[in-house]
Amino acid sequence: MYGWIWRKLPGNTAEKCVTVGAMVLAILALLFFVVFPWVEPRLPWNDVTIESPSLSSPHPIGTSPP
Amino acid sequence: MSPTASLRPALTAPRRSAARRVVGVAGEILITLGVLVLLFVGYDLWFTGVYTAASQRTLKHELSQIWAAQQTAPTSPDVGPSPSPTAAGSPSVDVIPGDALAIIRIPRLGHNYAFAIVEGVSTADLKKGPGHYPGTAMPGQIGNFVVSGHRTTYLAPFNGLDKLRTGDAIVIETAKMWYTYRVTQSLTVLPTDVGVILPVPNHPGAKPTQALITLTTCTPKYSASHRLVVHGVLVAATPKSQGPPAALEGE
Repeated sequence: MYGWIWRKLPGNTAEKCVTVGAMVLAILALLFFVVFPWVEPRLPWNDVTIESPSLSSPHPIGTSPP
Repeated sequence: MSPTASLRPALTAPRRSAARRVVGVAGEILITLGVLVLLFVGYDLWFTGVYTAASQRTLKHELSQIWAAQQTAPTSPDVGPSPSPTAAGSPSVDVIPGDALAIIRIPRLGHNYAFAIVEGVSTADLKKGPGHYPGTAMPGQIGNFVVSGHRTTYLAPFNGLDKLRTGDAIVIETAKMWYTYRVTQSLTVLPTDVGVILPVPNHPGAKPTQALITLTTCTPKYSASHRLVVHGVLVAATPKSQGPPAALEGE
């Protein structure tokens, strides 16, 4: 897979390295600013609140006893 | 980009069996997934804190400005409509969800430990810092002032909650007051154990007579199977004109 991409890249080895570096940076930016922020709230290990199981997360307890 | 160009390596390279190629690609995909997971761990444990640090700077700056304005205008601040219906005996002070309402200091967790507490415990609120449960008591009020915070991510404000011992100070700074609470109890409960955030913990319907504080976070670290809960009771309320409370001095 990566070998195939490398062979597809234009130019000599130095030019290919520059292109690969740019691609890696672009993918990292996409992951850190788009993909990971979207995934993170959907994973359970950051839940810190105490909630009634019958209520969805945006509505914390407090205004009325369960 | 012609079809012959893409075929050439396959024709000149030594012929590999289809099975070996499948295994090779599968291996590359698995390594890629492993790197993705490691990157995500780095993001979750470290990069999320960048956002929280920026939010905290903004919130503390806004708080200091709002508090300074309230010093000059002694009448009650201009507040918007209540974000949620408050029950009888609930705070009459309204804070817009996501806005800061106080600063928490815990000397046990370090001289510089200070986080702006935001109103609300939604995912977006808790990214900014520890969040106050809407509808629970406000700082210093009779009832239960309940605050939740992240344990390992988003700057991990409540990472050290397990280090608190009975008698440790939790100091809440508001516009005009310092409220000093002392830890009375630490316990581990299930995420659904809503009794701990009641005005009188674990006594539904009881009329509160004490001003309590309750901090919650997830436990064990890197898990959300349980909640670590720290209860405290108000022991001192001093105007800010008298300077910082004794609990913050002598460190």
